[in-house]
Amino acid sequence: MIDGDVLERVLSAATRRGAAFAEVFAEDRRSTGFSFDEGRVDQVTSGRDRGAGVRVVVGDTTGYAHTADLSEASLIAAAEAAAEAAGVGDGAARVIALDGSGPRRHPVGEVRVDPRSIPKDARVDLLRAADDAARAYDPQVVQVSAGVADSRRRILVANTDGLHATDEVTRVLFRVNVVADADGGKQTGYQSMGRTIGWEAFDEYDVAAMGSDAARQAVVKLRARPAPTGAMPVVIARGTGGVLFHEACGHGLEADHIAKDASVYAGRMGELVASELVTLVDNGSMAGEWGALGIDDEGHPTQHNVLIQDGILVDYMWDHLRARDAGRAPSGNGRRESYDCLPMVRMTNTYVLAGPHDPDEIVAATDHGVYIAELGGGSVNTATGDFVFGMREAYLIENGRITEPLREGNLIGNGPQVLADIDMLAGDFAMGSPGTCGKDGQGVPVGDGQPTLRVSSMTVGGTAA
Amino acid sequence: MSVDIADLVASLAAAARPEEQIEAYASRGSSTEVRVWRGQVEHFVSAASEGVGVRVVSGGRTGFAYAGTLEADAVAEVLAEARENVAYGTADPDAGVAEPDGVEPVDIELWSDELDRFATADKIELALELERMVLAMDPRIRVDDANYIDGGGEMAVATSTGIVRHRRGNSCHVSVSTLADDGDETQTGFGYSIGDHPGEFDLERAAREAVERATRLLGAEKPPSERTTVIFDPFVTAQLLSIIGSTLNGEAVVRGRSLFADRVGDIIASELVTLIDDPTDVRAYTATDVDGEGLATRRNVLIDAGRLDHFVQSTYSARRAGVVSTGNGVRGGYSSTPGTGCLALQLVPGARSRDDLIADVDHGVLVQSLSGVHSGVNTVSGDVSVGATGMTIRNGALATPVREFTVASTIQRLLTDVVEVGGDIEWLPSRAAGVSLVVRDVSVSGTS
Repeated sequence: MIDGDVLERVLSAATRRGAAFAEVFAEDRRSTGFSFDEGRVDQVTSGRDRGAGVRVVVGDTTGYAHTADLSEASLIAAAEAAAEAAGVGDGAARVIALDGSGPRRHPVGEVRVDPRSIPKDARVDLLRAADDAARAYDPQVVQVSAGVADSRRRILVANTDGLHATDEVTRVLFRVNVVADADGGKQTGYQSMGRTIGWEAFDEYDVAAMGSDAARQAVVKLRARPAPTGAMPVVIARGTGGVLFHEACGHGLEADHIAKDASVYAGRMGELVASELVTLVDNGSMAGEWGALGIDDEGHPTQHNVLIQDGILVDYMWDHLRARDAGRAPSGNGRRESYDCLPMVRMTNTYVLAGPHDPDEIVAATDHGVYIAELGGGSVNTATGDFVFGMREAYLIENGRITEPLREGNLIGNGPQVLADIDMLAGDFAMGSPGTCGKDGQGVPVGDGQPTLRVSSMTVGGTAA
Repeated sequence: MSVDIADLVASLAAAARPEEQIEAYASRGSSTEVRVWRGQVEHFVSAASEGVGVRVVSGGRTGFAYAGTLEADAVAEVLAEARENVAYGTADPDAGVAEPDGVEPVDIELWSDELDRFATADKIELALELERMVLAMDPRIRVDDANYIDGGGEMAVATSTGIVRHRRGNSCHVSVSTLADDGDETQTGFGYSIGDHPGEFDLERAAREAVERATRLLGAEKPPSERTTVIFDPFVTAQLLSIIGSTLNGEAVVRGRSLFADRVGDIIASELVTLIDDPTDVRAYTATDVDGEGLATRRNVLIDAGRLDHFVQSTYSARRAGVVSTGNGVRGGYSSTPGTGCLALQLVPGARSRDDLIADVDHGVLVQSLSGVHSGVNTVSGDVSVGATGMTIRNGALATPVREFTVASTIQRLLTDVVEVGGDIEWLPSRAAGVSLVVRDVSVSGTS
């Protein structure tokens, strides 16, 4: 995208006023999206975003400026604007000559079928197959929409530490939304699939099955009763509850919150912060998964990071600045939504390893509670640890058996308390559906996963008396 | 060197072939974000962006493409790609770009020269002053971040049917996030202030709110589960109004996804509820004279004293419903096509202060923040269940702080169960204005 000698000159301009660190991040992203609604192709979109951002760090101050124009003159102007924003410093950053061999590549996984090679008609066929299956499932299905999208994102990072790296990531996404209608009102169902690979993802996933599953979910909820209120045991099905850990502790283990003492997990390294059943990993190098990337958006290779081992807090997640301040290596968790954003500490694929219990045994051991077949999104206040997550498909557990479907709602809990209250964890690990994690206005793709598990007590936000 | 975006969109629209309709949208803007922490600038982001999106409709089929640049070759590519994408759409007889409707945009000023001239050093100083003010108010308070944010720019939209609009606007706000500590316990708060220019900020008030919101919650516990009266504070009501607004959307109605379809003319809310979408009110943060399709915006009374009057419509949803656009074509920028949505909601305020509202409640909860609004609300079924923090109300006065509970109801019931609308309308950096709202019979879930 940008030649090595141009990068060196831009970094020189960025450090002219005295900086501790400077970086150029360039991005070229192309995307294609087809949306299908009410039995027809609603819209076909092609997009291109390309640009570069320059970051300059002076003392504890970061200046950032960006441009959509990758010419040397524009890059230099961005570097000067970032340097001015950061202020004058006595930093010692000097541009180490970038290795003449060009940027290092760090591919994550292999794209076997380039989405660009797929005719647009084939996408329409996929959408129609999901729509047909959803409508055929039940006459109460009244509305179906679906979408298929793919993107290719190339990034290039060079900094004053001499780092010079590039990466190219291809993602494909498919979703189906269903509305079912009966006398009692409307209900919705949703299924999605997202992979950081090429079109071969559709060899693994049957879009018609996704359509009928979304329809099944909407139709089941037509006879749902109000969810209960109050605290009770909650069983979460495998591959759907990763968002629980994302909110209960994932965000709280991001080093930027730790550095500001704005996390309930600050100062707790080496302590028991969860049930001994829990081992939590964040792994951006997990090929194929939605949160996978070869290098993070600061150029560092992603890696397998154990955060909680057998209930004990063993590490946080780090970006360049927080790692520098702590005198350690970054962990490949510096990410940004696009070139117009500053990087932050972010999760990638976050998951809990399998445990000793049998999933059926977990339900059978629960007298009265809630079984969540599929979770929705969530959010957390890292400083207090209070977090919520939604239940998209849930059932009552009565006398050790899954019984009636429940209407949607949120559950609320406190991170450290809920982690301690995980009293059963099954061996049936699975990754979940693709997510978008929002932080400070930036959204990035993340994955999560977990086996079937039970929390002995959580507050269910229903309306039943 | 800089492209005139009004000329650019006009020339794209003029490129329409006889069987085509074209809508071109372009924008160019810049923004500043200053974040300070512990008396120093943590980051200073100086952002500039521009781009163009082109929608082509031919034979009822729609194609769209965009690029985050205004370079001539990229613009030509966008038009070619949008045309190519047309081939894959399915014909929809109601698809099409907006047509001139004879409604002239209101004459409102959305640009402040004073903000445009505001110096960088002064932006930093405002954020620093806000942080200092907060810290001076209470020894238990820490600041997580204090921010100054502004943005400004221009947009232009043109259609082959004869619409050409060009406007500019800018806006700014400050915000602060706080942490209050007491022993091992930490609670959080926030405050903000908006203005047409920084001279209109009320830093003192923003600081006091941020301090009070956090310190008030120290010692908070889970409340008992019960059905009770809830007072939503203005910030929370604004979030609820945004949700309610999304159910009064003509596109959701024609696509079979609105719980209020077929209810026009019915009583759907307490007679105290008059809900208006009025982007022509300059007090609104999202005020605008032109919608995302280039039509004039207008004042729309959606719920009139409890009766559902009409839905907001874009060109597409209006055509399908056999009505006219209400000037509610919304778009997220050059990278998306226009959808349908509310632009600037407000509830007609009542007469009494929040203290008066509280004095009338024997037993209830004041809700000061919500969480999980995106995961706990289904605008198709109407189910609402969200996390909350606040204060219990006992015998007409605020009593003890509460946290880690949910409030739940349905959108339908929240509207009919409104007991009173406060007189304390607040203009917020969002698509809805806030006001205190008293609602009875809300499910609170805490301890069993």
